[in-house]
This record gives sequence, C-alpha cells and structure tokens, in this order.
Amino acid sequence: MFTFAVGSALSIASILLAVIVLAALLIWVERRMLSFWQERLGPNRVGWFGIMQVVADMIKIFTKEDWVPPFADRLTFVLAPAIIMIVVLMSFAVIPFTPEVGVIDSNVGVLFVLAMASLGAYSVMLGGLSSNNKYALLGSLRAAAQMVSYEVFMGISLLGVVVLAGSFNLREIVETQADGWYIVPQFIGFLIFLIAGVAESHRLPFDIPEAEQEICAGYHTEYSGMKFGMFFVGEYLGLVLISSLITVLFFGGWLGPAFLPPIVWFSLKAGFFIMFFILMRAALPRPRYDQLMSYGWLFLLPLSLLNLLVTGAVVLVSTTATM
Amino acid sequence: MFRLIKDTLLSQAVTLWGVFRKLFVKADTVQYPDEQPYMFPRWRGRIILSRDPDGEERCVACNLCAVACPVDCIALQKAETEDGRWYPEFFRINFSRCIMCGFCEEACPTNAIQLTPDFEMAEYVRQDMVWEKEDLLIDGVGKYHDYNFYRVAGKQVAGKDKGEALNEAEPVDVRSLLP
Amino acid sequence: MTEKAKVEITIDGVTYEVNAGSNLLQECLTLGMDLPYFCWHPCMGSVGACRQCAVKQYRDAEDSAGLMTMACMTPVQPGARISIEDAEAKAFRAGVIESLMISHPHDCPVCEEGGECHLQDMTLMSGHNYRRYDKKKVTHRNQYLGPFINHEMNRCITCYRCVRFYNEYAGGEDLSAQASHHFTYFGRHRDGTLESEFSGNLVEVCPTGVFTDKVFSENYTRKWDLQTAPSICTGCGVGCNITPGERYGELRRVVNRYHSELNGYFICDRGRFGTGYVNDAARLATPLDGAGNELDAEAAGRQLREIAGNAIGIGSPRAGNEANFALRKLVGEENFHAGYSDAEHACMQLAAELAGDPRFYNPSIREIEQADAVLVLGEDVTNTAPRIALALRQSVHNKALELADGANIPRWQDAAVRELAQQERSPLCIFACGATRLDDVASDRVIDTPSGLVRNAIELAGRLDASAPRTAKSHEALERVAGQLLAARRPLIVAGTSSGNIDLIKAAANIAGALQKRRAVHENHGGTAAPVDLCLLTAEVNSMGLHLHLMTRQENSLGEALRKLSSGETANVIVLENDLYRRAPHAQVDAALDAARKTAVLDLLPNRTTAKADLVLPVTAFSEQQTSYVNYEGRAQLAYQVHRNHGAACPAWQWTGDFEHFRQALLDCAGSVAAFAKLGEVLPDTSNLPSGIKVPRQSERYSGRTAMKANLNVHEPKQAQDPESALAFSMEGIPPRRDATILASSWAPQWNSNQSISKFQDEINGPLRQGHGGTLLLEKKSEGGEFKPVPANGDGGGLELLPAFQIFGSEELSSRSEAIRARMTDAYLAVSPADAERHGLQQGRGVRLSGGGIEAIALTCIRTQMSPGAAALHVGDAEIDYHGLGSQVELAPADAPEGRGLGELIVSDLVRMREER
Ligand code: SF4
Ligand code: SF4
Ligand code: SF4
Ligand code: SF4
Ligand code: FES
Repeated sequence: MFTFAVGSALSIASILLAVIVLAALLIWVERRMLSFWQERLGPNRVGWFGIMQVVADMIKIFTKEDWVPPFADRLTFVLAPAIIMIVVLMSFAVIPFTPEVGVIDSNVGVLFVLAMASLGAYSVMLGGLSSNNKYALLGSLRAAAQMVSYEVFMGISLLGVVVLAGSFNLREIVETQADGWYIVPQFIGFLIFLIAGVAESHRLPFDIPEAEQEICAGYHTEYSGMKFGMFFVGEYLGLVLISSLITVLFFGGWLGPAFLPPIVWFSLKAGFFIMFFILMRAALPRPRYDQLMSYGWLFLLPLSLLNLLVTGAVVLVSTTATM
Repeated sequence: MFRLIKDTLLSQAVTLWGVFRKLFVKADTVQYPDEQPYMFPRWRGRIILSRDPDGEERCVACNLCAVACPVDCIALQKAETEDGRWYPEFFRINFSRCIMCGFCEEACPTNAIQLTPDFEMAEYVRQDMVWEKEDLLIDGVGKYHDYNFYRVAGKQVAGKDKGEALNEAEPVDVRSLLP
Repeated sequence: MTEKAKVEITIDGVTYEVNAGSNLLQECLTLGMDLPYFCWHPCMGSVGACRQCAVKQYRDAEDSAGLMTMACMTPVQPGARISIEDAEAKAFRAGVIESLMISHPHDCPVCEEGGECHLQDMTLMSGHNYRRYDKKKVTHRNQYLGPFINHEMNRCITCYRCVRFYNEYAGGEDLSAQASHHFTYFGRHRDGTLESEFSGNLVEVCPTGVFTDKVFSENYTRKWDLQTAPSICTGCGVGCNITPGERYGELRRVVNRYHSELNGYFICDRGRFGTGYVNDAARLATPLDGAGNELDAEAAGRQLREIAGNAIGIGSPRAGNEANFALRKLVGEENFHAGYSDAEHACMQLAAELAGDPRFYNPSIREIEQADAVLVLGEDVTNTAPRIALALRQSVHNKALELADGANIPRWQDAAVRELAQQERSPLCIFACGATRLDDVASDRVIDTPSGLVRNAIELAGRLDASAPRTAKSHEALERVAGQLLAARRPLIVAGTSSGNIDLIKAAANIAGALQKRRAVHENHGGTAAPVDLCLLTAEVNSMGLHLHLMTRQENSLGEALRKLSSGETANVIVLENDLYRRAPHAQVDAALDAARKTAVLDLLPNRTTAKADLVLPVTAFSEQQTSYVNYEGRAQLAYQVHRNHGAACPAWQWTGDFEHFRQALLDCAGSVAAFAKLGEVLPDTSNLPSGIKVPRQSERYSGRTAMKANLNVHEPKQAQDPESALAFSMEGIPPRRDATILASSWAPQWNSNQSISKFQDEINGPLRQGHGGTLLLEKKSEGGEFKPVPANGDGGGLELLPAFQIFGSEELSSRSEAIRARMTDAYLAVSPADAERHGLQQGRGVRLSGGGIEAIALTCIRTQMSPGAAALHVGDAEIDYHGLGSQVELAPADAPEGRGLGELIVSDLVRMREER
C-alpha cells in the first residue's frame, strides 16, 4: 500500500498534479459559472458539458507560436511567467490538506506563504518591464504598487489568527480550531484577508494591472502561447491557494463532522471560496486605481491594526486571567 | 461609518446576491446554429434594396443614405431612365465597414434601403464583403408594403403624367385666360 | 471705393453700425444674421416679390406693437429699430413659406438642387415642415430648354429672379413670366434652346430646382460629394473665377466662384458647360513616340530633354505660366517663340504697350460696369469675352441709376429704378461688321468693313482731338458719339486682339488718348487727368501670360519659328499645348514640321499637331493641375488642382524635369522673368494654417469614402497627398470658412446653397473676407505715349475676310466638349445679302472660298446687317486654313457640307431659313 504520508514523494507528486489539473479545470469552471451568472450558456461544445474545452485550449496554447517580441528583454521576458508558477506552487508546500496529505509541516508556514506571495510580485513586475511596451509597463507599475501594498494588510490580518493559535504552523492553526473556527473571533481579519487576497492574485474586481479597457492587457500584453498560459494558470493557482488559505486559517481546514473524510471537507470549503471568487468576478465592477490604493492605506491598514490590537489585548487579558 | 459600511460592504453584498440569483434563471442565449434565435423584424442586419409595389426599383439615387452613413460605406451614382426616373447606376455597400447602425434606412426618403434580420454575413475573404446593387436588390417591397415614391413626387415618369401624383391638380394651361 | 456713410440701427435690442442708403435685408445679411429671403439678389437688388424677408419695425423705443415690413424694401434709416426674432414676424415668415410651399412637389430626392437648395434652407430657417393645406397642388408641364438647362416648373415659388436675371440683367428675350396669379409660369413661348449666352446662371440664380444644370444632371453628384478647389475659367481671356467639382475621377460640373472685381456672381455658358473635354476618352494618357508606341515616363522625359538640345520652343496661350516658363527654360529664352498667330502677336505687343501707358487704365469687370459711355471697336465681345459683354450691358444701366439718384430712389429699388428710366440708357456705341448680341442696348452702331471701321475710328479720334490723325471717312454717328464720350464721367473704349486687326487697336488707343487729352485740358489738373478706361481684350486664358514671357524677345513670333525650322536653322521643335494649324497657314506649318528633325508636342487631346509629332507627352487639363494665368488686365491668378491627374499626364513643368515642385517653378518664373516679378503674390496666405494642416478639398459631408473604391480593393488606399499646394485631397483640415485665404465652395451652417457667399463677405458685393488672391502684374510707365499713325487702307474692292467668333465653337478645348458641340454650328461664312447675290450664294448652301492659293468650303450665312464687302468666316472645328486664305477672298457657290447646319447660330440679323427654331 502506498501511504500518503506527509512529505512522501507520492504525496508531493499527487498534490502537484491535483493542483495543476484543478487550476486548469478552473478555467472551464469559471467560464461556465460566469456565463450562468450572465444568463448565457458558456463553453458547452467540447466533451461533456464542454469540460474538454480545457484540453482544446491547452492544445491551442501549446501549439501557438512561441514568440518573443524583438524589442523585449529576452531573458527576463521568458523568466517572468515561470516565476509566478513556481512561487505559487511552492506555497502549496505548506498547506495542510488533511492530517495526512501535505508536503511539509513547517513551523513558519504562514511566513512562508507570505514570502512566496511577495516573490509573486516580481513575476508580474518583470513581465511588464521586460516587454518594453508602454501598456505592459503601466500594468507592471500598477501591479507592483498594488501587490506590495496589499501584502501589508494581508500579513497583519493574519497575525490575529497567529496570536489566537499561538503558532505559525498552519497544521497547528487548523488543529487549534477544533473547538471553534477563527472566522468567529477573527471576522474582521477574515474580511481583510479576503480583500487583500483578491488584490494579491489581481483578480477581478482588483485586476487593475491588466484592466483591458484601460491598458490593453497590462503586464502580459506582449505575451502569447504557453508563456501567456503560465500567467493564466498561475492566476488560477493563486485562486486555489487563496481559497485553501482561507479554509485553513479561518474555516478549520479539514475539520468537519466525521461522516465525510477530511479531504472532502477541505475541498468543499476551498471550493466554496473558489466559487465565491468567481461570483465576485461576475458581479463587481473594477474600482479606479487610486480608489484601490487609498482604500487600502487609509481604511484597511488602520482596520487591520485595530483588529490585531484588539485580538492581542483580548488574548493578553484572557491568558493573564487564566494564569 | 455606517455609510462606509453600506458603500463598501452592503452594496457589494447586494450586488453579489443579485448576480448569484441569476444562476437559477434561464439563459437568454440559444444553441446557435442548432437552434435559430428569434429575430425581430426590425433587427438591424444585412441591408437590402427593395422594389416598390409596382416592381420598380425604389432607390432614386438621392444619396441621402450615403451622406447619413457614419462610416461612409455607401457609394452610388445617379442615372436617369429615358422617362425621367432616377435610379442608381451602381450602388455599393462595403459591409466590412458597415456598423449596422440603420442611419441609412432612417435617411431614405423612398423606403428603398432597409435593414433585415439576417446577420449571417461572415466571409472568409474580405473583398466578398463589398456588395453591389445586383447583390442588394431584392424582388419584394421589404418591410414597407405600400409606398411608391413616384406616386407622391411631382416628377413625371412613365405611367404617371404631370398632375397625376398624390394631391395634384391637372397641369395648368398657361395660355388659358380663365381664372 | 469711397468710405461709406454709416448710421446706427437697432436690431432685436442691439445697436449696430450699418451702411447708410442700403436696405435692411442687405445690412442684416452683412451683419451675418440669418434672415430668410428669395427674390432679393445681391447683384440685382430688391423687388419685394416673395415677402419672405418680413421683419418688425418699430417707430421708437416706446412702440411695442411695431409694423410688419419687408426688410429688402425698407431703406436703412438712422435710429431705426427692427426685430427679426419678434414672434409675429417669425409667424409671418412661417406663414409665407407655408403658402409658397403649398404646391411644391415632393421632389427633393430626385431634384438636382437638393442639398444646395436655397428653398430647402429657407424653409428650414423659417420653420415650416408639414403641409397642412389639403387641396390639390398646382402643376405645370416642363419645357425642353436646350442642351444646357433642365426645366421642372412645378418647383417654382414665383420669386421672379429668373426673368429678372435673364431679361433685365442679361438681355435675353426668350424667357418670360406667363399666365397669372398662382398659375404663373416661367418659360419660353415654346420648347426650344434658351438663347442667352448666360442661361447657365439660371441654375444658380433660381433659388429652387426649376432650372438645373442638364449636363451635370447626366453625371450627377450632390454638392457635398464634390471635390472642389478654386480655379480659373480657361474659356477666354477674362479669367472668371470658377469652382470645378470632381467625383469618381471625373470633372462633374463648373459653378461660378465669387470674385468682387471680376465675374461677381455670374459666368457665361462657355465656362460653365465647356469643360467636358477633361473627361474625354480620347485624352492622351501615356507618352507616345512617332509610331504611336507607348513610352514609359522616364524614357519620354529623357527624349524630351534630348530634343531640347537644339530646339525651338513654341509656347501656348492656353497653358499656364509655369508650363510656358518651363519650356522657355528648357529651350532657352532666345529659342522660345509665341504660340499665337503673327497678327495676334503684333496685337498683343501693342496691347501690352498700351497697358503700360499711364494715359490709360485697364478696367476690371466691376469697373467696366461703372462706365457711363462705352465704345466697342470691332470686337464681338459676346463671343470672345462673354462675361465682359454682360458687364457692358450693365453699364448702360448707369443712366437709370443716375436718374434714380436724382429722384431720390435708392439704387437697389430695382423695379422702381427701371420704371423710372424706361428706355433711357447710357450711350453704348458699337463698331462692327454686322449685328452683334449687344445691339439691343446700343445707342449707335457703325457698320462697315474692317478697314472701314478703322477709318471711322481714326476719324472719331480726330474729332475728339485735333492733333490726332484723321481720314475722310465719316459716319453720321461719329459726331454724336464723340460728344457722348466727352460728356461722360467715366468713358470706356473696348477693343481686342482676337481678330488680329492691329489698326483697330491703334485707333482705339488714339480715341482713348484723344479723350484723355481733352479731359486733361478740360479738367485742368495741371495738364494731367485721370487715365481713360481702355479695355483691350485678349483672346485666350493666358495670352497675356505668354506675351509676358516674350516681352524681352518681341521678334520671336510663331512665323519666325516656322521659318527657322523650314530653313533648317534649328533642328527640333517642342510645341506646348498648341494646335499650330489654328495659328498659321497650313502650308507653313507643314513645311516646318516636315523639315524639323524631331517634333515633341505636349498636349492633352490629340490634334493635327500631335499627329505629326515624334514624341507626344500628355499634359494635365486645367482642373488637374495647379497653375497661374494672366487675364486681359494683367491680373495673375492661381488655379488650384481639383482632382488627380489623368493617366500618366502631368503638368508641362514636370515633364521638363527642371523643377521638383510647383512652388519652385512659380518662384523661379517670378525671379527670372522681369514681367512676373510679382507672381509670387498669387500664392495663398497660409499664415493662419498651423504647420502641416491644410484646407480640405472635400466637404465635411463628403460621403462614400470607404466604398467609392471598394470594388477595386476592399483595403482602402491611403489618401492621396498634395505636396504642391495648401489644399488636401481629403475632408480633414481647416475648412476655408475659418482662416485660410482659399475658398472653393461656399457653405455656412444653415446655408447650403451658393447664397452662403454673403457669410464670407464683409459687405454684400464686397471682396471676400479672406481676400481674393491674384495680383496685377503690369506696371505703368511714367511717360504716356503718342498718337499712333494708322495706315488708312482704302476699299480694295474685293471681299475683306475677317474671323467670326462663336461663344460655342471658337475656343479650341471647349469646342471638344459634348455639351458645347450640341450648340455649335458648322464652319460658315457670313456675308451681306448684296454680296450673296453678287456671288450667287444661297442661305444654308455651300460657299467656296479661295484666296492665298487655297480653297475652303463653308456654309453660306446671309446676314441682313452684314457690311457689304466684309465676309466673316467662322471656322469652328472644321479644318479650314483661315490664316492661309489671306485677307481678301473670292467666293463661289458650292454644295452644302453635311453637318450641323446653322441652326444653333443666334444673331438677330440672320436671314431665317426656317420660320422658327
Ligand atoms: S447601417 Fe449605418 S453603417 Fe451601415 S450602411 Fe447604413 S448608415 Fe452606413
Ligand atoms: S436614401 Fe434611399 S433612395 Fe436615396 S440613394 Fe439611398 S437607398 Fe436610394
Ligand atoms: S427645389 Fe429644393 S425644395 Fe424643391 S424639390 Fe428641389 S431640392 Fe427640394
Ligand atoms: S423659376 Fe426659379 S427663379 Fe424663376 S420665379 Fe420660379 S423659383 Fe424664382
Ligand atoms: S426678399 Fe424681400 S420680399 Fe423677397
């Protein structure tokens, strides 16, 4: 019998595979869901319910000409899309899917995820910069500012959870939620994390770095073929990652009544948030760039600090009381 | 504070809910081309040139459609038959430019040019999007069944002498001394 | 013009300064207001027929009721208070237009006037849009009015402009208002060609679509779709300003372009209908060698330069200055020869000399209209410079204006002025060999043979001033005419070069000189008086320009060129836009061209000369090129390119290869030919155009850009560029109504018709706000000349031959236009009944002319008022060797040549063959 023990090669491989396949599948899921919400039919021709659309798209994207614009900085141009894929996939390493399934059980899981997210900003920045195109440059400028800003609130909003759990280890964070999910004490933190998460993965309504109507396709204007595919899949990987993180940090990860196995609970919770993100894309309009920035710095930052302060104070008071 | 919450959270939540409910609404689109959508008669699609109830070409080559066209994709040349009827010697629409705005139909004083519900106009070769009068002219009256410009206009044409148009009196005899 | 007195009036509560003595309508328009009108015409004054220009007039500030009054009939009074916007006035105007439209047909889409219709504009402006009247519409039958004009009488609003123009202004007799009340009909007494040479102006004068351009209708395009540029009419030497319009690569029509000093609002039918040759399928499109093989442009240019090595250049009076200059530069000044006949050459020299004489003044058309005594010497003005004939007709009206001034009637009260004057006219005396088209307004006519006219003219000069030479000839009218000329405030002598009769020009100069001398003494201004108007008409559009190129080489005549070629002195010849067979005896031309080693011809249509050429280079027609022309006054004017070149045709200055740009050619010409020193001034003032921005040739409403050529290729070609001028082949740029000094087609918001011109004038009938372009080249010398000795040839006994001109048929290029050909006659010989009888000639039959060793056949045309002893030969497009015939001919009856006959000849003294045309 193979075991899916944490850290086993098989576990790593299957997680990698599952995550990537899921991300690819999400492309189709999102298109169909969007169309339902927009009273359309969506891609429903290839395969059952159009599920093979992904395969068709893949074939197309793989066979497309692999083109690098002559005016681009070749090396960085090629490197940029790879970075985002690698960085996001790396983040999955610390996610505890179930008590058994996971890659590493890191004591600094939360910090690792945050670190990887910061590295993700480089991909977008370099991609735009190396394209040598004014729209791409504008896109990467926006991306850099947006990601660097929202990382701050994302980090701070997490600290509430960390304080409550008393650990940076994601597995431990899940385990400490056995008698109550952190969504309750950390509702504010959850909201901030949700918003910052969307901004970090620059999905609608915060897809300001790509805003088609304003700056073509932003940082990936010049990308095509598989390099574009990597940006694209990277975005969906980010979507899965943020949903998983929310599940882990605020919704008790795999925990749930025993009639369903832990992995199903985890998937259900994560799936819910994935759907929620897709709904957001279907429903909410994009704010202006300056609105996004001032919203972050003038509203989210004080709020997240306040949240941390209150959480810290409550924890301090309650621990002193029990002592 | 309340306003802020209302603006940032509540209104977004309402929107999200509104859109979410669309999940349970029947799609507006159909499975084209297996299923043909219902096209309204006033749909602005492929342009045709119609004929009057007597079977004559309706277009009198007045150029008003051409001048109304915002993308200038209509070109024509006036010609005249022996009996004084104006008609277009050629009438060309460059459909690769047309935006189906319907201004030409609005401008046409004779109801000759009409937009139809046909929208299946894709071509593999762009040159095939240029349609000449032979391609545009149909054998029927289109949407407007009764109108015949020359029955109303004062110009004399075959089959309609001076004084025979709508609301016209017999031509004046200039040499008559009667009042 | 003298400074006009100003008065203040109040319009809708705002006080304005306006010209005293004018009427309210004119001043409102001057102020740029939108006041609708129909019957008033800037040039024909007011009659108050249409009632459309109603405004409210108030007695004083307290008066709030006011009085409805017709603005066009109300003189401007100091302190007058009027209102255009008053509700009652507006309702009144709406009511007027509604009743004018009661019987108007539902025709706009099939009406040639549509889109430039004054009636459409005024209907919209007056606020009428729905026919409430439910009774029947009055209808009319149309008439056939000849090849130029369409008639659609239903559209008439009875403004009477047509008959006022046609009869009163242009002297036509075959258009009239008929029937009565709401049946009024404007037409001829029966179907038939409108006779007036100015009938085409009805198209522009009629505010509706009753009279429209038939030639244009056959190839119709709406005004907004025409590509236009300012141009100059090439029909004769007057240089009327015109606006040709192009669509789909074809020249579609010509309309008048307003010029306050020259043509004003009217041009003649030759100019309007005579440009069809531009679209002729026979146009030369590629360079050809002698065997008729096509050459590529580069090889052709090289061959031309090779030929130029040892060549004579023959210039052209119908080519522009730059073309002539380019040829002159190519062959060298000493080898550049005249392109008109030797007789005309001599006349041109004299004309130019007289133009520089400070005793004389060469009047513009506006100034001609101000003459109050006119003497026309031997020039058939109606047929050689038609627009001047129209101006002369206006000059006789000065008597009426004088009377009106005396009776305190404003000059613009047209009907009243005419009523007052009845048949009173300023004197107009015509010296001619037969009847002319101005006879109906002439006070005196002296009819004689050419030499007889000269002798009479000499005698007249002698009677004016004792020091002038005299002869024994004496017509009974001379004394009277002398008196009239002396009594006149502004007398005018008109002569011309067309007939090549230099003695008449000398006599004209003597008359004008004598007059000036008498006036000098009379007025006692220290012996000098204002110069006397002496108008010397040149034959072709650039006769004067060609002459200026020859100023320093007077001996370089065409005859001399032909001699040099026949004698082998010069090997090659380059002929610029010229059919030499029209200019010199055929034998001489043949000899010269046969002797020439190489003959290169630059022309636009094949003719007898191109047939003999070893190298034919196609050149552009007037509307396809930019060039300058010099008119009879010495006024250089720039004509712009309207449309793209025909085939490989390009302007002559491009063929010679010395210039890259038009500007270069023009400025080089100005710099190196002394007479053209001021030519640079014809270039437009573009200081208001930001760099690179041009004036569009196409209207804002130009349609079909993405479809016009889509049949050829759906991928639209780039707009053609015009590096040569301030105009662009595009809709984009700064429209001329703003800053530029270039105005081709006038348009103003709400004013789509040509009446919009008032929006471009600072003052009605004044110069355009942005100026007219064009500059007078001729300089006056400080010293006046002397009387010219004129050889008084006696009656030779035989028949004196002179050329007869026809407005339709005498000019080379226009007579190749289809519309003009429909009005042409065959070659004919006009003789008096006595001479006809003597030679046994019959009206409409053939006549054989012999003289100078050659013979020719023409139609006999017996004219009752022809002077016995004179025979006027009209060559038309027949290949008759006029110059070879010499000045005396023998006649014999012959069979009538097959052809068009004399049907289209319109002269009053023709012995009619048929009862009625
Ligand atoms: S529908 Fe609009 S764009 Fe198309 S031809 Fe008509 S006016 Fe032009
Ligand atoms: S508007 Fe109508 S009648 Fe006029 S040209 Fe166009 S189609 Fe013909
Ligand atoms: S005259 Fe003017 S208003 Fe009358 S039919 Fe013609 S365009 Fe229309
Ligand atoms: S025909 Fe024209 S110009 Fe003459 S009265 Fe009628 S509308 Fe006026
Ligand atoms: S313009 Fe004044 S009455 Fe006609």
